[in-house]
Amino acid sequence: MQTPNSAALSATNIHAAVHARPILQGVNAQFAQGRWTSIVGPNGAGKSSLLKVLGGLWPAAQLQGEVALLGKDLQRWPRKQRAQALAWLGQGEVVTQELTVMDVAMLGRLPHQPWFAAPSREDHAVVEQCLRAAHAWDWRHRPVAELSGGERQRVLLARAMAVQAPVLLMDEPLANLDPPHQTDWVDSMRALTAQGITVVSVLHEISVALLADHMLVLQAGRVLHQGRCDDPATHAALEGVFDHRIQVRAIDGVWMALPRTATVVQAPERLR
Amino acid sequence: MAAFPTSAPASAAQREAAPGLRRSAWLALVLLVLSALLLLVGASVGSTGWESVLRMRDDPTSWQIVVDIRLPRSLGAWLAGGLLGLAGAVAQGLFRNPLADPYLLGSASGASLGSALGLVLLGSSVTSLNLLYRLGMTGMAFVGAACAVALTVVLARNVQNTLRLLLAGVIVGVVLGAMRDLLELRHPDILQAMQAFTLGTSAFVGWEGCALMAGVLLVCVLATWCCARLLDGLTLGEATAASLGLPLAPLRYGLVAVLALATGTSVAQTGLIAFVGLAAPHLVRSLVQVGHGRSTVLAAAMGGVLLLAADILARWLVAPQELPVGVLTAALGGTYLLWRMHRSTRSAGGL
Repeated sequence: MQTPNSAALSATNIHAAVHARPILQGVNAQFAQGRWTSIVGPNGAGKSSLLKVLGGLWPAAQLQGEVALLGKDLQRWPRKQRAQALAWLGQGEVVTQELTVMDVAMLGRLPHQPWFAAPSREDHAVVEQCLRAAHAWDWRHRPVAELSGGERQRVLLARAMAVQAPVLLMDEPLANLDPPHQTDWVDSMRALTAQGITVVSVLHEISVALLADHMLVLQAGRVLHQGRCDDPATHAALEGVFDHRIQVRAIDGVWMALPRTATVVQAPERLR
Repeated sequence: MAAFPTSAPASAAQREAAPGLRRSAWLALVLLVLSALLLLVGASVGSTGWESVLRMRDDPTSWQIVVDIRLPRSLGAWLAGGLLGLAGAVAQGLFRNPLADPYLLGSASGASLGSALGLVLLGSSVTSLNLLYRLGMTGMAFVGAACAVALTVVLARNVQNTLRLLLAGVIVGVVLGAMRDLLELRHPDILQAMQAFTLGTSAFVGWEGCALMAGVLLVCVLATWCCARLLDGLTLGEATAASLGLPLAPLRYGLVAVLALATGTSVAQTGLIAFVGLAAPHLVRSLVQVGHGRSTVLAAAMGGVLLLAADILARWLVAPQELPVGVLTAALGGTYLLWRMHRSTRSAGGL
């Protein structure tokens, strides 16, 4: 087992391309064990691509550099063991309309099952726990076709958590979630890291991203900054990468990203 | 949300059946009963009507009509429909497209080219009941279907990119279709026999054909049942399926093989029968919502019921003559899909 704060996941000198067009250019990043790191940056900075590289989902022919999972080269992990060690929640995962909530969450247990076996008691117990955590247990028998976007996202979150991997990668996990469920998600990330699980998430909601332990700021395929979320240097990098169109402020002890619009309308003025 | 469980809470919920499972059990029962009833009707409908059944104890000709002609062709129609329904469900799962059809990978045009070649090489006596001749024709159609699918896979370079696979299937279909047309132009004497093949008919299915189709259907059902949860996993998308450690390449090759085997066998026995493979999984999905394991088996049973019902209609509508069953399935299946489209555009949903 890793010692606390050693890197559960690390990327060294990553160059990735799509049809010879460079997407990532010499990315180095360390993701400490038992910590939640959020990856932020403008559109097209390479956030999702970096997450794919970290998840071993980038075509090897278009990739240079090394990713190490729990101290071992990602490419050298046997497929099934890697699936147990590294859970992934993609952006806009689609699901056939016929599966029920329970079926979808149970798919997260596939890495733990022999290919042709039925789910075990333990699988059922884990799925129940994850669906309860996502507040989805009560409608576990509904087909996903009937769910709203936010409800579906919660089921997919439960599916990713059901893998019970020590490293969890999430691309835009908050898509379609309403504020209370966003808060629930943050709480569950904290609970996971308290158990020693490493979480890496790509987030567009900068204020939620600031609730993480660490932040990786990407710009045009390069790492602009990596540091603690409460570090003023991180805030400066964050404001810089978004052309100072946002400002990071502490409100009631919580770091928030506020828009810096050209015309600020004062609330009382609107009443006049 | 809380974190992962540290201890496993025993849950009674895992044994309680979901509503979808109960409904699928009911549907299976209904389809079984329907199949049995239709088989009985199938044994009684034909150019000589009920009389053959009533007299079959005393009259050897009636016995022969029922046991050697009507029963095997009815069972054959059910089995061919079952193979097409299963292939349709597999195709729709593999391509993650509800409009995927079992003939997509070029198997249909491959089988017709194989048949045309067979007719040219073996002679075009369509009514010959010579066993060796029938076996040869079936073999040619099957080899044609298998070669066409193999060619599609080679052209698509591998099975990983389903879009490339689809495009390659379309191209192979067009090219092989053109080759068949050329062959027909050079040998106009095979045209009539080819027509029977392209329109689809269960008239030439004997007990050997039934045994073959039953065996293949069993193998294909078992194979898809075993990878059903992997097919479910595939619906989460490429990246997530890979992250779950699914053996994507072997899975796809296996499914393409099942697709080729099921369509090749059915086309070789009954010719090209349209829409059953497309409509059967659709009908199942509109009735029950279950994972790929159950829905594939149900689609097979549904395909069997559909084709057997169509076959009986084809024999009965203009008796003592009969319609080619493929024409009937195309007309009925097309109407059904139109109706579904109409309904789904009204409710603003997809197919």
